Amino acid sequence: MKKNMIRLGSLLTAIVFCSSSWACTGDSTRHEGGDAATAVTPDANNAGLKLPAGFGALKIIDNIGRPRHIVVNSKGEVYIKEFRLKDGKGIYLLRDTNGDGKVDTKVGFGNYNGTGIVIKNGYLYASSDEEVFRYKLDANENVIDTAHPEKIITGLKKGRQHETKSIVLDDAGNIYVNIGAYSNSCQEVDRGKGSKGIMPCPILDSAGGIWRFKADKLNQTYGDGTRYATGLRNVVGLDWNTQANQLFVMQHGRDGLFQMFPEYYNEKQSAELPAECLYALKEGDNAGWPYIYYDQQQKKKMLAPEYGGDGKKSVDDKYIDPVYAFPGHLAPNGLLFYTGNMFPEKYRNGAFIAFHGSWNRAPEPQKGFFVAFVPFKNGKPSGEWEIFADNFAGKEDIASPGQAEHRPCGLAQGPDGSLYVTDDTKGAVYRIVYKK
Amino acid sequence: MKKTIVTLSFILVCTVILFAQANSPAASKVRGKKVYETYCLACHQVDGMGVPNMNPPLSKTSWVTGDKTKLIQVILKGFAQSVPIDGEDYSNNMAPHNFLKDQEIADVLTYIRSSFGNKSSAITAAEVKAVRAKTK
Ligand code: HEC
Repeated sequence: MKKNMIRLGSLLTAIVFCSSSWACTGDSTRHEGGDAATAVTPDANNAGLKLPAGFGALKIIDNIGRPRHIVVNSKGEVYIKEFRLKDGKGIYLLRDTNGDGKVDTKVGFGNYNGTGIVIKNGYLYASSDEEVFRYKLDANENVIDTAHPEKIITGLKKGRQHETKSIVLDDAGNIYVNIGAYSNSCQEVDRGKGSKGIMPCPILDSAGGIWRFKADKLNQTYGDGTRYATGLRNVVGLDWNTQANQLFVMQHGRDGLFQMFPEYYNEKQSAELPAECLYALKEGDNAGWPYIYYDQQQKKKMLAPEYGGDGKKSVDDKYIDPVYAFPGHLAPNGLLFYTGNMFPEKYRNGAFIAFHGSWNRAPEPQKGFFVAFVPFKNGKPSGEWEIFADNFAGKEDIASPGQAEHRPCGLAQGPDGSLYVTDDTKGAVYRIVYKK
Repeated sequence: MKKTIVTLSFILVCTVILFAQANSPAASKVRGKKVYETYCLACHQVDGMGVPNMNPPLSKTSWVTGDKTKLIQVILKGFAQSVPIDGEDYSNNMAPHNFLKDQEIADVLTYIRSSFGNKSSAITAAEVKAVRAKTK
């Protein structure tokens, strides 16, 4: 009797899920509900990762090029976007046909480098460094025609820095694209010692922000889109938070406070500052790059030294505050709000952030190379951040980023609630599971 | 008298050795390490291995171990070209470092040419001076 009640309960829960949430509306950037159809076995030693108690990890594949962002379809099949073509292909579909969790077939398509990849409303969206394409999916969320995607956005600015385009969609038919600033801090001489900032910064008209386009219109370019938010130096990790119904982005903060302005900053300050910021964006927001940066120690927006700052002058004006601030230079490349059921309750709706790992903390030791977690409640951070998955680098002391064995980059949630993490150095794809 | 001559010649020999040392590749390399730490390490890293996709390594690259004039010009003019370095693309910008003195440039280049597994010859301040004069 009791057993029957429980069965009835889970059946009811399943029905509620399917009717009330978008889990059953063809959105598979994330998946909710359902029990894990197959229980996969973690690798020995959790594939080298350090995880909280109860979690396990396996590498579903290794040496698959340099995968950046990743998405899992409703059948648990994985799409990755390659930074550089691997065997001539820019996207791979990775399939596990025997249910052991390991990839046994892969299909490559697309002939462009890039970073962004997302599934939404029956389409797979993927970005090169200048364009965004979409591929129609069949009922199994497989691409119908890999050779003929629709080009929905074209002609985006691609500079010599921060050239990748990250993408995310909302629930109202819009796609948001990061266009990174092709500069560190908009100096007259980029990264020149003591060089002044250009006023106003001319880059901001076509980069250094998030642009919004229609998700289903072909061949759009700047004139068809809206500069949704500005003053963002470069964003790689971004996600749509369904609780707040809002776009969240992780900015890569500026480099070289000490190297360019040793009169105001020492090496230790320059390693910690500025913060890597999580912003919740509204249309028209300005996060202040290049004029200001956020100092997580003083909890203030500071005037950038290129624009008259000295490490002490703060500003309090039109620029938005971050909703969360991390130590400097950790390089947040992936952001995912967890909506699955597999992980314990504390993780629900919280933010996972893949930190690629620093280089601009030298000569201080490098940091990052982990996946962090911030708990959220009602679309707002509700506690302190912690390291969730560690030791991608394979050892403790990393003096130079080339010494890190793996570097986490993209994040995705599987239909059973597993968390997937790409490594764009050695080409591993990890799957993290919780054993109930 | 004899003692004085011995002492004097000893002092002379010492001075010559010291002077020679100041201009020796070994001394230049020691000074060059300091220049490297101040102006280059943040990007090219403590091990000279650079940052993947962003800043190139200085270990055994054709630029570091190759033509001296071209190498000196990298420091004077900076480097922000979309040309692959030994087959790899790097997206960051290196600003001109023409504010460094001839001797500092000679020192840092001598240092990188004999570190990180490199075994190339030293570069002198005179060589830097000659290239600077021809470089606008
Ligand atoms: C802001 C970061 C930065 C700083 C500081 C910097 N470099 Fe570079 N350097 C680069 C980048 C980026 C390139 C390649 C640019 C490209 O591909 O267009 C480069 C190229 C080079 C090259 C030629 C390519 C190679 O790898 O052999 C040499 C040599 C070099 N730098 C030496 C130095 C030295 C010596 C210093 C210090 C005096 C220095 N750099 C300071 C970023 C930097």
